[in-house]
Amino acid sequence: MTELDYIVDVRNVKKSFKDVQAVKGVSLRIEQGEFLALLGPNGAGKTTLVEMIEGIQHPDEGEIFIEGKQWKNHQHELHQLIGLSLQETRFMDKLTAYETMRLFASFYKLDSRRVDEVFKLIGLEEKKKSYVNNLSGGQRQRLALGVAVLNKPKILLLDEPTTGLDPNARHEIWNILLDLKKEQNTSLLLTSHYMEEAEYLCDRIVIMDQGTILAGGTLEEILKIGGHRSLDELFITLTGRHIYE
Amino acid sequence: MNRITNHQLYRLIAAHFAEIIREPAVLFWGIVFPILMAWGLGIAFTQKGETHLKMAIVKTITASDTLKETKLAVYLLTNGTKKDNTYSIVLKNEKLGDVNLTFFETSWANAFKMLKKGQVSLIVEDKPDDTKYHFDPANAEAKTAYQLMSNLSSYGSAFYNANQSCIEPLTLKGTRYVDFLIPGLLAMGIMMSCSWGISYTIIDRRSKKLLRRMVATPMRKSNFLLALITARFTMNVAEAALLFLFAWLYFGTSVQGSWPALIALFIAGNIAFSGISILISSHTANPEIGNGIINALVTPMMVVSGIFFSYHNFPDWTIPIIQYLPLTMIADSFRSIFNEGAGFLDVWREALVLTSIGTVSFILGLKIFKWY
Repeated sequence: MTELDYIVDVRNVKKSFKDVQAVKGVSLRIEQGEFLALLGPNGAGKTTLVEMIEGIQHPDEGEIFIEGKQWKNHQHELHQLIGLSLQETRFMDKLTAYETMRLFASFYKLDSRRVDEVFKLIGLEEKKKSYVNNLSGGQRQRLALGVAVLNKPKILLLDEPTTGLDPNARHEIWNILLDLKKEQNTSLLLTSHYMEEAEYLCDRIVIMDQGTILAGGTLEEILKIGGHRSLDELFITLTGRHIYE
Repeated sequence: MNRITNHQLYRLIAAHFAEIIREPAVLFWGIVFPILMAWGLGIAFTQKGETHLKMAIVKTITASDTLKETKLAVYLLTNGTKKDNTYSIVLKNEKLGDVNLTFFETSWANAFKMLKKGQVSLIVEDKPDDTKYHFDPANAEAKTAYQLMSNLSSYGSAFYNANQSCIEPLTLKGTRYVDFLIPGLLAMGIMMSCSWGISYTIIDRRSKKLLRRMVATPMRKSNFLLALITARFTMNVAEAALLFLFAWLYFGTSVQGSWPALIALFIAGNIAFSGISILISSHTANPEIGNGIINALVTPMMVVSGIFFSYHNFPDWTIPIIQYLPLTMIADSFRSIFNEGAGFLDVWREALVLTSIGTVSFILGLKIFKWY
């Protein structure tokens, strides 16, 4: 496999904030069409790593390539390749779901046809005319996901996309993501507090704590480490904590 | 047409505008409230009508007094009326408007209580052969009451209607209080609307991580700010037009100077406060801190810029500073156009300074602007 086959290629990246070393030399690769889960307790460095991949933070050391390009010189192109959903983003309350989608579509020079397609994909057609502040938590997350996939991104970066949702709403989001993988060969980098989310969705799982990667591989591969029966057990052995702590 | 409606600038303006007009409270505070304020203050300070002055009267009769009634009370009983413990007398004047003087007969303790509560502005100590006045000389209303009473006791109620030929009441447009007020309210509307509508919106969207989400797309950052300013400006035009329409219909307010100059100054004022609003909201993501910053900007200007009353009452050394505050420049220039017939040549300097303040603040704000 050549280097260009990786949609995301993170090479020995370090990042510090004042006295805290948030990311201590992390390397990570994601293939096209691969779903990767980044698990770790709060303060593990997940969000900093994802923000560096998003281009919001700049690494102190190391390099990040997205489809072979770096943020420094290819900001405009990389924005076209990436779709993201942040934890707790709140769209404008008094815009309808449709208007919100049209607004973001206009940033990618897309018209109403693509917006209609996305509403179908996220199953929110009957809520097109509802104001954002009248949508339920699950519907808002689906809208955020819809906004993230408007531009048919090659890589989706989702920061805890199902936190706070009930099991039904969570499954709806998962099914949308699996459809995207099947139909558009989209890659996914997902941070999560839910073990079952990682198990259900992702091809590979990476466990992070205190700015370093403790384990990475398919579910079977990482469970073999120390002969654990479940991801929960492995997580506690590696980090000394539950994931939700 | 589709190309326009798909354009990000069009979509951003439409989104910002929809957010404004879909919030009934915004419409109330932006449009209805300034009109109510103009109406209330305009009525309160413009109608000549009657003046009411209220005083407490404390009678002091000692055992050594040979008379059984006090001096002022005797005069009021003869020339005015008495009901229960209240004396009243009316001073009549067609040109100045009538003055109703009311005296509440009470004890010293109660008189001071009434003074502290603002129910009376002066205490009259009335003796059989003498009258004394207790009041705060810094209180203009108390001083007026004292002077009226002093003249009344010396010359009788006829003094108030004497020498009428030398009084020429001004009811010309441009000299009434409401003519002072309306241009000030228009200027204040620009400041309030920009600082809350632009600054607060930016801070709120930063705190909700919406700015961060938007800049993760190919959106042009300048388009976001331009759209916010455009939507706010459109709203400001509507707010100002409705306030002016009301003042024109109700008070007969008119523009004696140049309309193009007024429009140019209105635009310059909007540029100034849009720029300042971007600058003050360039950093914080905390709406409470934002609230404080906006208040720190608008409250001092509202107090000193002479919106409701002339700033010439402030100490002389402060006047040159006050005159260069953006709000003062807008209000003063508006007034000269409305009331003194000023044209473009009279206000171009102010328009230029305001535009420069706005442009420099905008550029500075954009340089240090935090999107997340």
